[in-house]
Amino acid sequence: MGEVLFFVAGIGAIAGAIGVVAVRNPFYSVLALVSHLLCLAALFLLLRAEFVAAAQVVVYAGAVMVLYVFVVAYVGGQDEPLGPRAGNSLKTVSVIFGAVLFIELCVATLGSGLQLIDSGGTPAPASFGSPEQIGTLLLTKFLLPFEVASFLLLIAAVGAVVLARRRGGLTNAEEQARYSAMDILRPAYTGTMAEGVGGRHTLPQASGANEPEPEPEPVPAAEPEAGEK
Amino acid sequence: MDIGWFLAVSALIFTIGAVGVLTRRSPLVILLCLELMLNAANLALIAFARMHGNHDGQIFAIIVMVVAACEVTVGLGVIVAMQRRRLPIDVDEMQELRG
Repeated sequence: MGEVLFFVAGIGAIAGAIGVVAVRNPFYSVLALVSHLLCLAALFLLLRAEFVAAAQVVVYAGAVMVLYVFVVAYVGGQDEPLGPRAGNSLKTVSVIFGAVLFIELCVATLGSGLQLIDSGGTPAPASFGSPEQIGTLLLTKFLLPFEVASFLLLIAAVGAVVLARRRGGLTNAEEQARYSAMDILRPAYTGTMAEGVGGRHTLPQASGANEPEPEPEPVPAAEPEAGEK
Repeated sequence: MDIGWFLAVSALIFTIGAVGVLTRRSPLVILLCLELMLNAANLALIAFARMHGNHDGQIFAIIVMVVAACEVTVGLGVIVAMQRRRLPIDVDEMQELRG
């Protein structure tokens, strides 16, 4: 039973992976990755990692893939030619590199001489991989990585909002004249990120005598209706 | 099943992901192939955790999933920003970091 399930899930995972690489439409690539992740969760279950399998299905195949689908729908899933533009030679070289990498990985893992690698693993208690065990470890032995991971998620969320926000900039004179505490830390024309994205134009008095060079042209607004009130 | 079979599947998935990163041109698909490589590493980690009868590899896999989620979030934010600036969604066209 375990062997049959392994081969079904393993072939499904490999087929999903090939589908991600080989399909031309990015939307179908995302769908292939979803099926790949589901098969991989089955493999995790075979390895007695119940909690990781559940997290894989719920978080990965659920939430992250929905994010992908949204972005593919926003960008527009236009087909792209598969081969690299430089010609077919680069593709050949990359496939040869992949084959070499596969051989190297097999040598590194299967040829490592580990004694347990040809067994089904050490006998484990029935509660191996249960949420209770994982939770206990996360809050005792791995408390610091757990907290660092939460900070990393927070930073990534803030960074994504900053990256993907509307880059219209401030066109209203009152808004430009409004100072914040951050302006002391980043004077005008010092190459701050706010100037780089066009989010801040010249300060009222800074555009006069202090700055002889011409004002850098503001980045055009992404949408024409962004600025005008 | 023997642990070696899982490791072979993991190596194959990692290879497919690496070839995809090298051959595809759309940044979206390159991010998907990065996910493939991270998942292959996850499979190897969990296989080794099963081999040793130890939970540490599973915790590693969960942390890898967190890092993958962060990478996806920031990468998709960059792609959305590129789309808003009307830049071509093609890694061959993007040769400089400034807008």
